[in-house]
Amino acid sequence: MKSRLSALAIAATLSVSALALSGTAQAGATFDGVKQKGYVQCGVNLGLYGFSSPDDKGKWSGLDVDMCRAVAAAMFGDAEKVKYTPLSAQQRLPALQSGEIDILARNTTRTLTRDTANGLNFGPTNYFDGQGFMVSAKLGLKSAKQLNGATVCVLPGTTTEQNVSDYFRANKMTFKPVVIEKNEELNKAFFAGRCDALTSDASQLAAIRAAEVQNPNDYVILPELISKEPLSPAVRQGDEEWMNLVIWAFYAMVQAEEKGLTSENVDAAMTSPDPDVKRLLGVTAGNGKALGVEENWAFNIIKQVGNYAQSFERNVGTGSKLKMPRGQNALYTEGGMMYAPPMK
Amino acid sequence: MSKQFPADQAPIPTGPVPPAHWAASYEEEPTQASTPPQANGMTALKPFGWAKDNLFNTPLNTVLTLACLALLWLVVPPAANWLLLKASWSGSSEACREAAGACWSVIVVKHRLIFFGTYPYDEQWRPFLACALFVAMLGASGVRAFWRPWLAVAWALTLVGMGVLMWGGVAGLSYVPNDRWGGLPITLMLSVFSIAIAFPLSILLALGRQSSLPAIRTFCVGFIETMRGVPLVSVLFMASVMFPLFLPEGVTVDKLLRALAGMTLFTAAYLAEAVRGGLQAIPKGQYEAADALGLSYWQKTVLIVLPQALRIVIPPIVNQFISAFKDTSLVTIVGLYDLLTAATVATTDPEWRPYFAEVYVFAGLMFWIFCFSMSRYSQWLERLANRYTRR
Repeated sequence: MKSRLSALAIAATLSVSALALSGTAQAGATFDGVKQKGYVQCGVNLGLYGFSSPDDKGKWSGLDVDMCRAVAAAMFGDAEKVKYTPLSAQQRLPALQSGEIDILARNTTRTLTRDTANGLNFGPTNYFDGQGFMVSAKLGLKSAKQLNGATVCVLPGTTTEQNVSDYFRANKMTFKPVVIEKNEELNKAFFAGRCDALTSDASQLAAIRAAEVQNPNDYVILPELISKEPLSPAVRQGDEEWMNLVIWAFYAMVQAEEKGLTSENVDAAMTSPDPDVKRLLGVTAGNGKALGVEENWAFNIIKQVGNYAQSFERNVGTGSKLKMPRGQNALYTEGGMMYAPPMK
Repeated sequence: MSKQFPADQAPIPTGPVPPAHWAASYEEEPTQASTPPQANGMTALKPFGWAKDNLFNTPLNTVLTLACLALLWLVVPPAANWLLLKASWSGSSEACREAAGACWSVIVVKHRLIFFGTYPYDEQWRPFLACALFVAMLGASGVRAFWRPWLAVAWALTLVGMGVLMWGGVAGLSYVPNDRWGGLPITLMLSVFSIAIAFPLSILLALGRQSSLPAIRTFCVGFIETMRGVPLVSVLFMASVMFPLFLPEGVTVDKLLRALAGMTLFTAAYLAEAVRGGLQAIPKGQYEAADALGLSYWQKTVLIVLPQALRIVIPPIVNQFISAFKDTSLVTIVGLYDLLTAATVATTDPEWRPYFAEVYVFAGLMFWIFCFSMSRYSQWLERLANRYTRR
C-alpha cells in the first residue's frame, strides 16, 4: 500500500511540476485568489490535540490553526476568515499542489526533499519538535545527559530506537532498552516503573502524560531533543507574495513576544515610543505596503490571535492539558530558537 | 395439534440421517402427544424435560453444554460489570479514573462532536433534524402501504428540506458550507446516496455486460473489472487527491461530491455482478417466451426479466448495501469527517484518551443498529417477494 501511495505521490509530483512550470508567469495568483474569495483555505490535521483539532463544540483550535488565523488576520483584519480542510497524511502535499488549499499547517516536518521535489515551499518553523525523554519527577533529573545506565522504554524497529542508541553512544553513555511492541503496553510499562525513561517525540510524550497521569507535574520531559522535527507551514511554489505574507505573519507573533506585546496590551502599545514597536504596529508606515496588506496587519494578528507565547501556552503549554515546556521553542533570548528577523 | 401420531407410529425421517441435535426435535412431538400435559403442575417441569432432550441427550452434547455455560459464566458477569454495573455514567474524567467499569461520560461529553463533527455548535439541531427526517423517510419507504406515487413527491420534498437544513442560507438560517459537515449526516448521506445512485447504474451495467453490442459490452466489462480490481481506498484516493491535479488551478470540485462519486462507481461495479447473477439464473425459456410474444428488448427486460432476476438477488444486493454502508468509514483517508473519524478525533483529547474503547464501542453500536436494520428488512422483503414462489 505504502509503495502504491508513494508511486501515486511521484506521479502527482511530476504533473504538479509541469503545472508549476507553466504557472510561474502569473506570480501572485494565490495571494490575489485568497484576497478575492475572502478567506484563507487552510489544510490541517484531522485531529491532533494542541496543533489542530476540533473541540467539544466542533470549533478548530491549536498551534497550527493559529498560524492560519494569523495569516487571515494580516490579510483581512479578521482572524475568523479561515476555512479548514482536514487532511490525512497521504493527502496533505497533493492537496497543496492542486490548489485545494492555500496554506498547509498540519504538523509537517520540513525536509530537503519535501522542500525541493514537491513543488512547495516551507515557511518558518512554528514548532520545533523532536525525540525526547520523559522521566519521573522523583528522580530529580535536569538533563538527558544524566541518563547514563538508565532503562529506557522504546518501540522496536523504529527510527526512535536507532536515535536513542546513537545518542547514548555519542555521549559515551550506556542504557538498557525495554522493547515493547505496542504503544499502550509501552506506556503502561513506563508508568508502572519498569523503566526510568520513556522516549518518543516530545509532543507525543506530553500527550501520553496528559492522558495517563493525574498530576502532570509528577513526570518531566527533559529539555534535550535528540532528533529534528521542525514542524513548519508550507505554501505552493510560485507565489512569493503569498509566501512573504505567511512568513512575516508568523514572525510578527514572535516579534510581538520579544517586545512584550500581548493581545491585552497591544491597544496601549500604539503610543509606544519604541521605533521597532511603531514599525511593527504600523504607526510608522511601510511594512504593510511592502507586504501588500493594510498597515495595521500585525496589530490585528496580535490583537486577535496573540503573540507566539500566548498561542503556545494556550494550545500546548501551561494553559493546555499538554503542559509542554517551551524548550527549543523559547525565544532566542531565553535559550530557545525562536528568532524574528528585523521587521523594517 | 390437528394430527396426532400414536407413539409407535412417529414419523421416521427419510433420506440422510439428520445430525444428532435434530433428533430431539423429531422425537419431541410424539413424546408430548403420548403423554398429554397434566393439570397437576407437571408443566413446571417441562423446561427440564426440554433441556434434557436437547442439551444433555448425548455425552458430547452434555460436554458442549457445560463448556458453553462455563464460557458464559466467564464472559457475561465481567462484561455486564464493565458495560453497566460498575460503569461511570456522568461527571468528569477524574470520576472515570475511580470507576472500575466503562467510562460512558466520555460519550456524554463528546457525543455532539461524534454525531455532528465540526458543524457549528449552536446550529447542530439542523443536522439532527435532517438526520431524523432522513431516517424516518427511509423507514417509511420500507412500509408497503406507503408504496404510492406520493412517496416520490415526499422524497423530493424531504431532500429539499434536508438541503435547506444542512446548507441553510435561506429562511433566516445561516449558511453552513459542506466542508463543515461531519459525523452521522456524512455517513448516512454518503451511504444512502451512493447506494441509491449505484443500484440503477448497476442494473444498466449488468444488462450492458450481457449486451450483444460489442462496444457497450466491452465498456461495461472494462468498467466493472477495473473497479473490482482496485481497492476502494485507491478509488477514493484517486477521486480526492489525484483528480484535482488534472484540473486547472483554482477549479475545484467539491470534496464530498468527489468521494460520493468514487463510492458510487465502486458500489455499482460490485452490485452489477450480483445483478448479473440474477439475470443468468432466469431460465432461457423466459427470454424466448418474451421474444415469441413480440415484446421489445426493454419490454422484455422490464416486465419479464428484471422482476424475476432482482427477486433472486436480494440477499447479495443487501449484502453489498451493508458493505457499502460500512465502507463509508474509509472516507477518513480523504479527510472527511464520517461518524468513525469524528469518534477517533474525540479520542485525541488527552483528558479522555484512556477511554477510547468506550468511544469505539459506541461507534460500533451505531453502525450495528443501521446494518442490523438493513439485514432484518431484507429478510422481510425476501419473504414478500417470494410469497408466490416455493423455494
